[in-house]
Amino acid sequence: MRNVGIVSFAQSNARAEVRNEVEFLLPVVKEAVARSGMERTDIEFTCSGSSDFLQGQPFAFVLALDGVGAWPPIKESHVEMDGAFALYEAWVKIQTGEVDSAIIYSFGKTSPGDLAEVVALQLDPYCVTQLWPDADSVAGIQARLFLERSGKSERDLAEIAARSRRDAQDNPHAVTKGDFDVEKLLAEPYRTSPLRDHDCPTNTDGATVMVIAAEEKARELSKRPVWIRGIDHRIDPPALGVRDLTSAPSAELAASKAGVGSDKVDFAELDAPYTHQELILREALGLADDLRVNPSGGSLCSRTLFSCGLNRIGDAFERIAAGDGDRAVAHATQGHCLQQNLVCVLEGE
Amino acid sequence: MSDEANEIKAIVTPVRLDYDFTAGLAATQFLRGLEQKKIIGARSGPGAPVMVPPRGADPRTSELVTESVEVSDKGTVVTYSVIRVPSDNIKFELPYVCINVLLDGAGVGMFHVLQKCPLDEVRIGMRVQAKWVSDDQLSPNVASIDYFEPIDEPDVTYEQIRENT
Amino acid sequence: MANLCGVVGIGQTKYDAKRIDVSMPGLLREAALRALEDAQLTFADVDAVVIGKAPDMFEGVMLPENYLADAIGATGKPLLRVHTAGSVGGSTANVAMSLIHAGIHDRVLTISWEKQSESNAMWGLTLSPPFSVAVVAGAGGYFAPLIHAYIERSGAPEDTGIRTALKDRKNALLNPYAHLKIPDIDFEQIANSPMLWDPIRYLESCPSSDGACAMVLAKEDLAEQAPHAPAWVHATAMRSEPNQFPGRDAVNPQAGRDAARDLYKQAGIQNPRQEIDCAEIYVPFSWFEAMWMENLGFAEESQGWKMVYEGATALDGDLPVNMSGGVLSSNAIGASGMIRYAEAAMQVRGQAGEHQVDGARKTLGHAYGGGSQYFSMCIFGADKP
Repeated sequence: MRNVGIVSFAQSNARAEVRNEVEFLLPVVKEAVARSGMERTDIEFTCSGSSDFLQGQPFAFVLALDGVGAWPPIKESHVEMDGAFALYEAWVKIQTGEVDSAIIYSFGKTSPGDLAEVVALQLDPYCVTQLWPDADSVAGIQARLFLERSGKSERDLAEIAARSRRDAQDNPHAVTKGDFDVEKLLAEPYRTSPLRDHDCPTNTDGATVMVIAAEEKARELSKRPVWIRGIDHRIDPPALGVRDLTSAPSAELAASKAGVGSDKVDFAELDAPYTHQELILREALGLADDLRVNPSGGSLCSRTLFSCGLNRIGDAFERIAAGDGDRAVAHATQGHCLQQNLVCVLEGE
Repeated sequence: MSDEANEIKAIVTPVRLDYDFTAGLAATQFLRGLEQKKIIGARSGPGAPVMVPPRGADPRTSELVTESVEVSDKGTVVTYSVIRVPSDNIKFELPYVCINVLLDGAGVGMFHVLQKCPLDEVRIGMRVQAKWVSDDQLSPNVASIDYFEPIDEPDVTYEQIRENT
Repeated sequence: MANLCGVVGIGQTKYDAKRIDVSMPGLLREAALRALEDAQLTFADVDAVVIGKAPDMFEGVMLPENYLADAIGATGKPLLRVHTAGSVGGSTANVAMSLIHAGIHDRVLTISWEKQSESNAMWGLTLSPPFSVAVVAGAGGYFAPLIHAYIERSGAPEDTGIRTALKDRKNALLNPYAHLKIPDIDFEQIANSPMLWDPIRYLESCPSSDGACAMVLAKEDLAEQAPHAPAWVHATAMRSEPNQFPGRDAVNPQAGRDAARDLYKQAGIQNPRQEIDCAEIYVPFSWFEAMWMENLGFAEESQGWKMVYEGATALDGDLPVNMSGGVLSSNAIGASGMIRYAEAAMQVRGQAGEHQVDGARKTLGHAYGGGSQYFSMCIFGADKP
């Protein structure tokens, strides 16, 4: 495998954007390109992630081409997935030896539709969608099972929310942040029992852009190169009754393939949009109980669907590049109840 | 397990999702203009082509459009098609002419409908003008232009508009 | 290319307007199991799955591959979902091939599909967001003006499209999987069919089909051991450009020309017209064959229509095009690009049955999408590159 480094990263997050996709994506592309030290036209491959259903428009990604520098024509691909999977495709492209650098972008606008209802359309169309269970309810079912099985409490979940919001104060891109008292959080009503509002993600609009390069180029462009040491993704069966919802076998497998356990981890950025999912993921990834998770505040504090997985990887990159840790695990998820998971191990030089 | 007589071949699950679309900054100027019978495009700077309707960026340079520029409601048909296929969300009576019209002052063509023109007289290069809806019907919507209609001006040659087809 | 990749299994469904005899999982399995059978493998032999389709709204299911994961043998495996508009079937295969080229996996299953009958694709294509007025109905409304511009600049005779359609419709009669088959098809029938989007007639347009296409890809040593001769991947290319800007040539887009040039360079092809034995390209409306002949470098600018006229692209011509009957005969949108690749690969494997081109050893598969903005292409060879 070729050594691939993350060269630059930029993101935007807002509760509801008044700008359209082109208008809020373009400045983030410029920022990431400027930080990379490369010219846009020197970056050889482009890969993006987004969702038509999220935008409420077929071919939503086509318009985004206006904002990313697609003239002269570019070598480009798009996944109908989180940007983290676009990163995977770009990493593969560099592994083929055809290119040495790539720009990855993803964007999401969760504000135009009722997100919990939109993503319900990911369920079995013949037997489940007819009931139209919204995403928070499905997560609630998973949370209930997990609490029963693990002996964890709603207080444990509230503590995760309080910690995430506290950590998010240092993150200019986080939307929900501040000091929250666990007692007060627990006094709030349920949204979908056992989950309260603080257990559920703050959905946001935004864009995420990353530039990566093969070893030589990455070394030349980075003060402290940050390497993608392992990256893998796996999927579990969809039917909610088929798998044990209190575990995430696909995350466990991806973590093992990405080599998470081969050395000490300093911190993790996990795409856990619901509080209980952080606990499921800690277990699946084999992370120590006291390991620092989501110093950025994580997807709980701002979740731009289809960008938030790539954000976790980018947040981990920035922390390592700044010398705040040497080895980190970053994670992205898709589907209901952590069905599909990508795990990425980053290491600073 | 197989019971052919009782096999379900299809079920109907109505799906309805409502979205509040965001026009964006540049398109908002354009839509506000339509309320006043004005066609307002945008460009990334002096000398740059005017995008109508603007989507936010100049696609060739990927620079944000920053300047609003009013263009004419007259233009040239750069290409067209006569549509004879019905579609649920199309309000025009069949057949009708869909045109890509390059408005005077604009850098790109815009899709709309041509009426008041016999089908066999539609041609590339013909001059047309917007026919606006009545004042009380004006809204921030491209439908404020009811249709385009031919005007008595000489045709433009294909070579002059080839860039825009 | 560091690692060679061979196509060792190909499977297609019967294409039809409404495959209500199968569910979505059933449709995908039909193609996937046929591809595995061709390769004499099972789902267990596959390391990863790469899947593609056009907009999710065509079936009304968001990220349907998540729901389909176990039906296509992806449980516990990497599953990637590609979407690059109409070119998606081609780019899905390209992404799957890159997993082998990169040496990441040994065997990859790739599937592209569409089951338009589950929803309303015309609705999906003509969604009317606020502020705008829907003026073009479906893809034909969008592409017809480009065809007008092509006729204007090339001076091509009006019946070029009819001749192309006649050729493809005759070819479709030789293909057991083709959707639209008109046994006694002739020139008059096409010429007299209703004009839908001037200058596109009904029988010059693609149908709307349900269907899936799958391929099993393998790395060099495993491809050599495959039960049937593999189709070796000689080159792949993808290019994209924005939709509309002053000076954009949407009739003969730069992205397509760049992709073709890159492809031939990788494959060591100097003269594509001579060196490529046959091509299966994305022609949803008859006129696009002439247009793409130019874009792909088989003909000089404004000369592509002559190839149609001279019969060069007929099954017995010097460069047969769309031997399968093409998109004009079967159009399961998300699958259409991969069907082109599959046909091109079948030709070098000698598997194309009645529409086999004698001695085909090097072939081109091609797909495009968006407003002629997205291109994906592949060269297959009977011999290793």
